[in-house]
Amino acid sequence: MKRLRLALVFGAVAGLASAGGATENRGLPGNGPAAYKEDGRYFTEDGVPTYFIAEDGTVDWLTFSGFRRYHAECHVCHGPDGMGSTYAPPLKDAVERMDYYDFVYIVSNGIQNVDVSHQNVMPTFGQNKNVMCYIDDIYVYLKARGDGALQRGRPAKREDKSDAVASFEAECMAGG
Amino acid sequence: MKKLFAFTSVAALCAGSAALANDELLELMNDPTQWVIQTGNYANHRYSGLDQINRENVGNLQVAWTFSTGVLRGHEGSPLVIGDTMYVHTPFPNIVYALDLNDHGRIKWKYEPQQDSSVIPVMCCDTVNRGVAYANNTIFLHQADTTIVALNAETGEVKWTAVNGDPSIGETNTATVMPVKDKIIVGISGGEFGVQGHITAYDMETGELAWRGYSVGPDDQILFDENTMSLGKPVPANSSIDSWEGDQWKIGGGTTWGWYSYDPDLNLVYYGTGNPSTWNPSQRPGDNKWSMTIIARDADTGMAKWVYQKTPHDEWDYDGVNENILVDKEIDGEMRKLLVTFDRNGFAYTLDRATGELLVAEKYDPAVNWATHVDMDPASETYGRPMVVADYSTAQNGEDVNTTGICPAALGTKDQQPASYSPQTGLFYVPTNHVCMDYEPFRVSYTAGQPYVGATLSMYPAPDSHGGMGNFIAWDALAGEIKWSIPEQFSVWSGALATAGDVVFYGTLEGFLKAVDAETGEELYRFKTPSGVIGNVMSYEHDGKQYVGILSGVGGWAGIGLAAGLTNPNDGLGAVGGYAALSDYTALGGQLTVFKLPD
Repeated sequence: MKRLRLALVFGAVAGLASAGGATENRGLPGNGPAAYKEDGRYFTEDGVPTYFIAEDGTVDWLTFSGFRRYHAECHVCHGPDGMGSTYAPPLKDAVERMDYYDFVYIVSNGIQNVDVSHQNVMPTFGQNKNVMCYIDDIYVYLKARGDGALQRGRPAKREDKSDAVASFEAECMAGG
Repeated sequence: MKKLFAFTSVAALCAGSAALANDELLELMNDPTQWVIQTGNYANHRYSGLDQINRENVGNLQVAWTFSTGVLRGHEGSPLVIGDTMYVHTPFPNIVYALDLNDHGRIKWKYEPQQDSSVIPVMCCDTVNRGVAYANNTIFLHQADTTIVALNAETGEVKWTAVNGDPSIGETNTATVMPVKDKIIVGISGGEFGVQGHITAYDMETGELAWRGYSVGPDDQILFDENTMSLGKPVPANSSIDSWEGDQWKIGGGTTWGWYSYDPDLNLVYYGTGNPSTWNPSQRPGDNKWSMTIIARDADTGMAKWVYQKTPHDEWDYDGVNENILVDKEIDGEMRKLLVTFDRNGFAYTLDRATGELLVAEKYDPAVNWATHVDMDPASETYGRPMVVADYSTAQNGEDVNTTGICPAALGTKDQQPASYSPQTGLFYVPTNHVCMDYEPFRVSYTAGQPYVGATLSMYPAPDSHGGMGNFIAWDALAGEIKWSIPEQFSVWSGALATAGDVVFYGTLEGFLKAVDAETGEELYRFKTPSGVIGNVMSYEHDGKQYVGILSGVGGWAGIGLAAGLTNPNDGLGAVGGYAALSDYTALGGQLTVFKLPD
């Protein structure tokens, strides 16, 4: 039920594989989880957004964009590079424990862990365009960190933003 | 004898009117056996006149007693001691304990507010609280959710409550309040949520709002009139709204969460305003007045007497809230009433606190590079402004460009951790950060109650230096010079205390309480407390014995920024992750440790 609702709400946001469009580069080089590329985004075989890092270290656009958005929106609680802080847990490890859909659900709806020894509260970001328009970006960045595919710090080289990603971003940020 | 004095003072407070209470509070501040205000005194000296513990014997210091606060979060601020009672506060949920110093710290009363936990995530950078205030037999607590509570100091009973802001739009509180005459002066947090910052005075007896001065907005909201001065000239009408585009001032920031000071003779309250919102300067053209500003306001009316904007059109999050320390010193043969501030932007400013005249502006960390200097020529068009270096200007480089190697980082050369001033040595003792950054601004949209940041930062220890992230320095404010500097592995995030025993105390993020020689900086004592220290050192006397107290409990911005350690991508892959991680040294905690000399 939860999954279904998520798929309905976020299918459009996430640009899932079912969206159609030009599929390219099936059988991508390297050992990463990316199975194919579509409109400048990379996906696993199951159609879940993921990262792609070329042999020379060039990261895909979403991973780079996720680095930026993470360090604007998430970093003030979860620490630099997804490493966690005294205040909130490391998200690079969280994305290894939970799948993409649960990640989007928690970011959208928040989560609480409040008892005698915990005071952890994550707010709901579902209405925050700075987060939700970039939720795939943030996810694939953290996944790359969690998988150990991406070192700490700013990625040195990146792919360019595709036209499809640019127009999605413009529509999403302008939308109500 | 000293106890008798304390007793009569408290008795007088109970009986006296609120206006009288201020005189009594002034008297209590001058009694070194007590610690009645977070800042030590109205001048923010954080100096103790006690000298039983001195540079000869401080090496023998030992733990006298400890107290667990029951909360595992960043512990900023310090306890107060009034008479035979110590008042200890905690981070969210903002518990207050009254401890009986005559009975091994027995809990006389405990106050625990009920606050909606949804306030936790709208507090940028941990749920810290910088402590309670005291006046008129009342303890004043300003909770995270901006509820102000007046508690009977003897019983903990609630006298009144008032609400200063709305957490659902990101308005929260981390600061203490300042009792002045018959009012308490109160600030607000939320600069990263696009709030319109303000300072507010409430009636001490009733909690009724007396006046409110915004940091940004129309003149009737910022309480400016034709007599408000800046750099020797009257401030023109609409000075704030003319320095923003359209209605941007309404979400313009300029929050007020630092330490305040007060000059009873001039009847002026001094404080600094924080960064403009967002962190992306291209989204808010103009000087963004009066963010990043020292403001002097009349304590009775709130009307602004003078203002000085330290960082017009901030491009680096140099959140200008740091404390203003009031000292009287001779300049060119004339005694001057001065104000000294160690700003986040890396400049230490000295101003005439009666007029706002700018006298000194010098870097207090040689690593500072975003500006060459502050224009000190009154005839110049850019008088009083920092001369920004184009390479380090995130506005000139523009959106989506990563500006690298900026010093200091957004943490500032110093954050809120308060400095101390010793009238004995004439020196300021300043806890500092030694951290630089890369800063990339980009476009963000505003949603009420959601973070409104708009920049990506990478921070790393200042290059070509000692490799650590902090220094503890002694500063000569007249010469504008560092007298000595102690390198520290981590930022020094603890408020310093200088004493008449020629000792200066401070805490470190690893959890040490350190004592150093006030003249030379030589280390005389260290003790590792259970958790990292971001609290402020205080001292008091009980039964003829001097005590030194410090709260442990790592957290705050330091706990977020430094827990995992810093990296410098510019160092190349080999060095990434090579800097110390705070999590290797300390874990969450919440404890008060009190020290004394052996019996």
